[in-house]
Amino acid sequence: MREIGSEEELAELLAGRNAPLSVGGGFTRGMTGEGERLSAAGLTGIRLYEPGALTLVAGAGTPLAEVEAALAAEGQRLAFEPMDHRGLLGTSGQPTIGGVVAGNVSGPRRVVAGAARDFCLGVRFVDGRGHVVKNGGRVMKNVTGYDLVKLMAGSRGRLGVITEVSLKVLPVPETEVTLAGEGGVPVLAAALGSPFEVTGAAVSGGRTLIRLEGLAESVAYRQGALAARLGGDWEVLEGEASAALWRGVRDVAPFHGKEGAVWRVAVRPGRAPELLEALGEEAVVDWGGGLVWLLVGGDGRAEEVRAAVERLGGHATLVRRGGVPAGVPALQPEPAGVARLTGGLTRAFDPRGIFAGAG
Amino acid sequence: MQMPVPDAAVLAKTAQVVARLEAALPGAVISDPVELRAYECDALTAYRCPPLAAVLPRTTAEVAAAMRICSEEGVPVVPRGAGTSLAGGSLPTADSVILGLARMTRVLEVDYADRVIRLETGRTNLSVTGAVEEAGFFYAPDPSSQLACAIAGNIAMNSGGAHCLKYGVTTNNLLGLTMVTMEGEVVEIGGPWMDAPGLDLLGVICGSEGQLGVVTEAWLRILPKPEGARPVLIGFDSSETAGACVSAIIRAGLLPVAIEFMDRPCIEATEAFSGAGYPMCEALLIVEVEGSPAEIDAQLARIGAIARSFDPVELREAADADEAARIWMGRKSAFGAMGQMGDYICLDGTIPVSELPMVLRRIGELAAARGLKVANVFHAGDGNMHPLIIFDANAPGQLEEAEALGAEILTLCVEAGGCLTGEHGVGVEKRDLMAVQYGEADLEAQMAVKDVFDPHWLLNPAKVFPLGASERRRQGGQPPVAVGDSPRDI
Repeated sequence: MREIGSEEELAELLAGRNAPLSVGGGFTRGMTGEGERLSAAGLTGIRLYEPGALTLVAGAGTPLAEVEAALAAEGQRLAFEPMDHRGLLGTSGQPTIGGVVAGNVSGPRRVVAGAARDFCLGVRFVDGRGHVVKNGGRVMKNVTGYDLVKLMAGSRGRLGVITEVSLKVLPVPETEVTLAGEGGVPVLAAALGSPFEVTGAAVSGGRTLIRLEGLAESVAYRQGALAARLGGDWEVLEGEASAALWRGVRDVAPFHGKEGAVWRVAVRPGRAPELLEALGEEAVVDWGGGLVWLLVGGDGRAEEVRAAVERLGGHATLVRRGGVPAGVPALQPEPAGVARLTGGLTRAFDPRGIFAGAG
Repeated sequence: MQMPVPDAAVLAKTAQVVARLEAALPGAVISDPVELRAYECDALTAYRCPPLAAVLPRTTAEVAAAMRICSEEGVPVVPRGAGTSLAGGSLPTADSVILGLARMTRVLEVDYADRVIRLETGRTNLSVTGAVEEAGFFYAPDPSSQLACAIAGNIAMNSGGAHCLKYGVTTNNLLGLTMVTMEGEVVEIGGPWMDAPGLDLLGVICGSEGQLGVVTEAWLRILPKPEGARPVLIGFDSSETAGACVSAIIRAGLLPVAIEFMDRPCIEATEAFSGAGYPMCEALLIVEVEGSPAEIDAQLARIGAIARSFDPVELREAADADEAARIWMGRKSAFGAMGQMGDYICLDGTIPVSELPMVLRRIGELAAARGLKVANVFHAGDGNMHPLIIFDANAPGQLEEAEALGAEILTLCVEAGGCLTGEHGVGVEKRDLMAVQYGEADLEAQMAVKDVFDPHWLLNPAKVFPLGASERRRQGGQPPVAVGDSPRDI
């Protein structure tokens, strides 16, 4: 594994490179492709953190744990709740903040608060030509030129190597509670459609889970009002018991230690029950139905999963290959018009195909 | 300001282009020179130029037909929503066709369970909320022009509003779109689900100022309306203290939906205009929170406690809806009040909240040096400033002087760690300042994106990038020239 220590060194390397590279930070998320491994973990360090302005700038190789610790010390956090892939993929190593952005890695709060891409204010990256590019900045509203920040967030290293990210952070609410009960996706939709500011809506381990966060007096009020509106019996979990539940949903803990392919399906929330019924596989449902994790044994049923998603609307990513044959792409194939644009962009930023194996 | 020389070859075949458009889109083409005056500018009224023709399609298929013709004929296309851009985003050139979306206003689908709406993008921002509010929902981004501005323009400029501290801007509320490329191809991106499977094309199209494609339909996220909202008004005897109070509120973990800031010149002007009953002080904050009455009480109690620790000259909570409306009245009439004081340029730079006191002080110094008056009214929670430079357009040289001050203030915003524009867009207005914020490689990377979507640079080509930087790519490639004797005559 090659390691780079600076953006300049990376730019020089990429400008003269003709063979594929597999670039990563902690290599924990299964996003990296073929070619010699190149670690960007050396591009480390929190470069600016202004709690009063809710912004943090860090080298892409900065461990996620270091970022989260710095934020926690000021009572703040990454509100998009990035998942930890290690339990699901059996990987080890330190997840980095660059990997979070490159994968647009979000967790349960994404349904309301937004994804990693929504909290990413700026990036620096080196493209496949060795050009150092910056875009966005460290302010919350910025429409100066094209939003390449969004293009880089979730690009899985296909366009270039992210070297620095600038993030919007948010305060940690003083209280959280979870209502645990029954009802599935329709009840989650009713909760998310209420004015009570639900920040988590999942079905895991057979239980319907709804999270509320905020000031203590506000949470107490909303908890009562929401339970009354939804009807039924709700067990109330507080503090660490609630937090542990959502870590489990975030990291898809019910699948840990089990064999099989893991599909991550983004689907129109109301269609999630149809998807579950059509496939009949073990599932964890998040985002009020908008995200369905499927654990599929045998050959992974790639054709059926993708056909169902095609029919219902959405996209399926193969997060853990399991028994799915090697030729099946990890990402949902794009319609021709979109694929033409995506192909054009990858050729523009990476004309020599250095990152072609990524994704 | 400079614009490219109109392409003589295009001008020479005006009749042919108009005939082809009329054949393909009967009743949707405007070519009469008098009627075309309606399309000669947007809300950046200092610059005007009638287009070669204007087309008002009724369907995505008609948009595609018009784009194909313009593409084949090599005619530049300038997309237009409602024409409310303050940055000249829809300013035509004489050799361009305006493609207006004003006739495409239908709601195509509403799904409250999935909290989404699909609509045609000519629809106005406020009427999106209008379509869903009976069911208790709303569309969050709320630019000041929301009564008039179209979703198409909101997407093109990634518009914000007063409430984005909590709800985000357009890009955070856009789930999918139907776009017509310059070549006339219809592309669907995203939909009523979350995130992209591959590259986030939706994210780069939003905010691309109509340079990548014409967005004709959109999937937007709608949200359940909060139970209620209530503002509090806090006056301070210095801008520094007001800025520190904003930071303290944010640091305390409170997340108001809006924190608006007005300085003394702005307070005086709005007070004279609206009689909202504002205290005369150096800086005024309007902080709004949402929730049930009890939740609002709890939040306002905490905000009040923080504010009192900064020794405010006034702290006024709205006891009822009437008082709430009075608190907002002055802020909402701020731009109208400025209009009474004279002509104005509204800037839109964003700065890190921590730099607020320094930036306000420097703006005052820069304005004094040029003998101009600047009033500040802005979204303090997110650092999006709106300095208003007051000038007299009839006084020779004042517009140029005001524009020069504007450039200095925006440069200051960038130097303070911020950016040129937080929600209005670059358009033609800030095009030539892009090099202040971005280096050559940064601009090249952005222009490379346009190369992919619009290889011949026919779509809104003279915007966003300094003309020199985009010259090689723009069709014809003539060097830019200064046009007309005055900026009003291009």
